[in-house]
Amino acid sequence: MVFVPGLLVQLGIFGGLFVGFGIIAEWRAGVIDRMMVTPASRTALIAGRVLRDVVVLVAQAIILISCAFLFGLRVPLWAIAAGLVLIGLLGAAFSFLSYAFGLITKSEDAFAPLVNSLALPVLLLSGILLPMSLAPAWLQALASINPFKHVVDALRAIFRGEIGTPEVALGVALAAVLVVLGAWFGNRVFEGQTK
Amino acid sequence: MGAEIQAGQAMIEARQLKRDFKARGRTIEAVRGVDIDVAAGEIVGFLGPNGAGKTTTLKMLTTLLRPTDGSATVAGFDLRRDPQGVRRNIGYVGQAGSTIGSARAGEEIVSHARLYGIDAATANDRARNLLAALDLADVWDRKCGSLSGGQRRRLDIVMGLIHNPRLVFLDEPSTGLDPQSRANLWTHIRKLRDELGTTVFITTHYMDEADSLSDRLLIIDKGEIVAEGTPAELKKKVRGDTITLTMREEKDATEAAGVAGLLAGADAPATDGHIVRFHVSEGASTLPVLLAELARAGIEAIGVEVNRPTLDDVFLTLTGRSLRD
Ligand SMILES: Nc1ncnc2c1ncn2[C@@H]1O[C@H](COP(=O)(O)OP(=O)(O)O)[C@@H](O)[C@H]1O
Ligand SMILES: [Mg+2]
Repeated sequence: MVFVPGLLVQLGIFGGLFVGFGIIAEWRAGVIDRMMVTPASRTALIAGRVLRDVVVLVAQAIILISCAFLFGLRVPLWAIAAGLVLIGLLGAAFSFLSYAFGLITKSEDAFAPLVNSLALPVLLLSGILLPMSLAPAWLQALASINPFKHVVDALRAIFRGEIGTPEVALGVALAAVLVVLGAWFGNRVFEGQTK
Repeated sequence: MGAEIQAGQAMIEARQLKRDFKARGRTIEAVRGVDIDVAAGEIVGFLGPNGAGKTTTLKMLTTLLRPTDGSATVAGFDLRRDPQGVRRNIGYVGQAGSTIGSARAGEEIVSHARLYGIDAATANDRARNLLAALDLADVWDRKCGSLSGGQRRRLDIVMGLIHNPRLVFLDEPSTGLDPQSRANLWTHIRKLRDELGTTVFITTHYMDEADSLSDRLLIIDKGEIVAEGTPAELKKKVRGDTITLTMREEKDATEAAGVAGLLAGADAPATDGHIVRFHVSEGASTLPVLLAELARAGIEAIGVEVNRPTLDDVFLTLTGRSLRD
């Protein structure tokens, strides 16, 4: 059951990161221009998309957790709720980033390598694929400055039934900061579309 | 809020609108300072070859691109100072379309209307009325990708009109459509103006579209407006009618060119293989004389054609290039 938090984080990262492909298709079909020519707030245009992605992500996470229950996962309901919030934050941050990169590159050929080169280190250094305790000291040091490692750690702690520990607080705070940064960047890119 | 604009008053007034693009260290002057005046109730065609700067101009006028320089008032609102005012009062149908194939037409229109702050019930009513007006009554539940090219283009127009704009911009609306769908689309665009009083600013690189649809034309080339006027006025600028002779052999063509060049009011004929082409002020009255002169010289044409000047001839005269290139 140590896998579940890792899987959830992976779901959040990838679920979020790949939405940029969708916005490239929308841009090419003229949908973005059609929306930009309305008086709607640019923030609403990107945040609305991100919220939809978060809803989808949380639904997927609930399905995943339900399956894990069938295989014997036992965690309190509040832990699941807290975990979903954390995953939602992580997914939102990556959705914002992904939309921003999608609209900056405007091409799948440029977007795909960009996303991959972002996802790989994030995954490796967050200890999802391999436990970081096996890694050499320098890699561990590198991992400790990777905010996603702390998000994974927080999620693991939550699933162990901890709450209010510094580990959890740090993970949630970092996830919230990532959302704010992502939103700021995404908004900037959306507004920049009409420059 | 800007005052209500009456028919005949200015709907677009752009001065020295200019836009540069920076790409790979180079500066592309896409639009080099254009003046545009469109009165309320007009259908104005913006004609020019690909790459002339039509889309860039349209995007500036619709707040989608910031001008490098210049100013404009659109639908009564200053482009720089009040882009939101402009947005609320114009419709825009982009060159690329406005829907993704997997979206359902009705839902897509309503969600677009919501971006203007129109409530769902009103949006529903308006969408159904507009769809019916554009012969799309039965597409509500269809996926956009399953519509024909002409239907999908009309759906784009429905979206562009959902907030009852007084001015609508159409960027190459008939590109990629078959002749029948194009003619049908033109009918709808005319109806827009005639029945709703909407001012229409339409870009095209098809001279027939510009000719049959616009009250007035602006011709743009390489980012500059090179001519302006009604289609009839513009055609008057051209050296009269074109006469095209098709001869049996190339040497006949050379002789025929000699004969044609001596006719009253004819310019220097150009030969291209078996074909001789020249201009005269009055094609219809020149033709009998030409045929008589050819018979006297003992040469026989196997084909003769008289063409009234087209907008392509206008463009050719102005720029030395054909619109078709
Ligand atoms: N975003 C852009 N970046 C660089 N160059 C551009 C951009 N958009 C348009 N251009 C260039 O500006 C010129 C005018 O383009 P456009 O306005 O699309 O022409 P048209 O719509 O008349 O075909 C072209 O040379 C085009 O390559
Ligand atoms: Mg164009």
